[in-house]
Amino acid sequence: MAVIIQNTQIAKNIYKMRVCCGDDAKAGQFYMLRAWANNPTFSRPISICDRDGDEIIFVYEVKGKGTKIFSSLKSGDNIELLGPRGNGHELSAKKCVLIGGGVGIAPLVYLAKQLKSHGAEITAYLGYTNEAFLTEDISKYADKVIENIGGYITDYIDELDADSVYICGPEIMMKKAYELYKYTNAKVYASMERRMACGIGGCLGCNIKTKNGNKKVCSDGPVFKAEDVFYE
Amino acid sequence: MNRLSVDFLGINFKNPIVAASGTFSFGKEFAEFYDINMLGGISFKGLTLNKKEGNEGIRVWECESGMMNSIGLENPGVEEFVEKYTDYTQNIDTVKIVNMGGNNLQEYIKGAELLNKVDFDILELNISCPNVKSGGMLFGVCEESAYEVTKAVKNITRHKLMVKLTPNVTDIASIAKACEEAGADALSLVNTFQAMAIDVLHKKPIFDNIYAGLSGACIKPIALRMVHQTAKAVKIPVMGMGGIYTGTDVLEFLMAGASCVQVGTANFINPLALKNIIKELEAYCEKENINIKDIINII
Repeated sequence: MAVIIQNTQIAKNIYKMRVCCGDDAKAGQFYMLRAWANNPTFSRPISICDRDGDEIIFVYEVKGKGTKIFSSLKSGDNIELLGPRGNGHELSAKKCVLIGGGVGIAPLVYLAKQLKSHGAEITAYLGYTNEAFLTEDISKYADKVIENIGGYITDYIDELDADSVYICGPEIMMKKAYELYKYTNAKVYASMERRMACGIGGCLGCNIKTKNGNKKVCSDGPVFKAEDVFYE
Repeated sequence: MNRLSVDFLGINFKNPIVAASGTFSFGKEFAEFYDINMLGGISFKGLTLNKKEGNEGIRVWECESGMMNSIGLENPGVEEFVEKYTDYTQNIDTVKIVNMGGNNLQEYIKGAELLNKVDFDILELNISCPNVKSGGMLFGVCEESAYEVTKAVKNITRHKLMVKLTPNVTDIASIAKACEEAGADALSLVNTFQAMAIDVLHKKPIFDNIYAGLSGACIKPIALRMVHQTAKAVKIPVMGMGGIYTGTDVLEFLMAGASCVQVGTANFINPLALKNIIKELEAYCEKENINIKDIINII
């Protein structure tokens, strides 16, 4: 059980929640969040947007019942955190490109921060449907930030010279972005998302097909090599 | 003194709480959260003779007080289980149940034969898989096919045989009796209820397979009724399940005639669910000054 420090709306349907939690979580990992007893049945997998001392910051989109409940929580309320779960990102790259779409931009904040502290040079492409958010946070660490509202962010990608490319967003966007780097030397990583029941590898509900057989998004991922998931 | 111990098929269970097949994998994931040796037993992820990739599309979907799944029996296959998983499972110090399904009679027989190579406590036969030969029929929905597959596997297996029944039938007691007559040593019930969900925005079913299996608290009252009917109809022991979330739910199933219970969906709500349920039962027995086996089949 963790205490909520702050929970505020930052854009249409997008909320930022600061939670008191000192876990040593990695960029790209997520928590199963729960603020109710048995209904809704499942906890909600939400990725780590950022860490700040003894706080973890989640940025989430209100999509259904669970996230609607999250949005109603107040400072001082309790929330159950199960995690951190998942593999998280490798941070060895020197020249990086981050590509985010919608609420998929959230985990790129902590990733950019971590990459920067490893001395990487970062270009970020951020695509939004209606309204921009977290651009200022990413700008703190990225050397160059390109944002677009309403179009396809993949149309704006012009930096193809990179060691590593990190993509998080709608699957169709991730696939399109991967295609741009497919024949370059860049290692391309995609953060996958699936509906999860347990989030710990017990149910196989979040499995995806990869080049190397079925993998669990919750525990083999959520970060996968793009070539392994977009191979068909 | 352990107030929670129960006897099932001559096997001593530390308590009547068994992790349900398909919700607990092979145990490893949950061992990260608590000592899984405290459980009464574990029914491992359902196997089929050949490896299965499982279903495409959405596999889990939430509903009021429960969930639907369409995993599609993704599993490594009996052979790979025997070769690669038993090193881990053999070292678990609790009752080990291997769950196995099949597409046709031959697959059941071959699978059971291969499983004779390894030691475990109970073979749980999943007879609610599609029977390809009779055109999508399920073994578990008619007396004749339930009898036939139970008899065939009983003839070949060296393990104690527990048949897992589907609730998607008009008269569960008659299917239960057919399995008993065919030589089943025990029965477990219920598997999931066939169910459905529709994406109204896109005007299409949520699941690629259209139908999926419903579980969780919403099925508990019906599951309880079926366990009660079955326990009254047969002499062999019954392992009850269906929407158990709490110690009180367990007590209901035991009073209705189950000697043990399996808990599934609750593991997804909280990985510590089984541990919490065991603690609740300990407190209940302490308070009532009884042993848990005293309440079995009292209603």
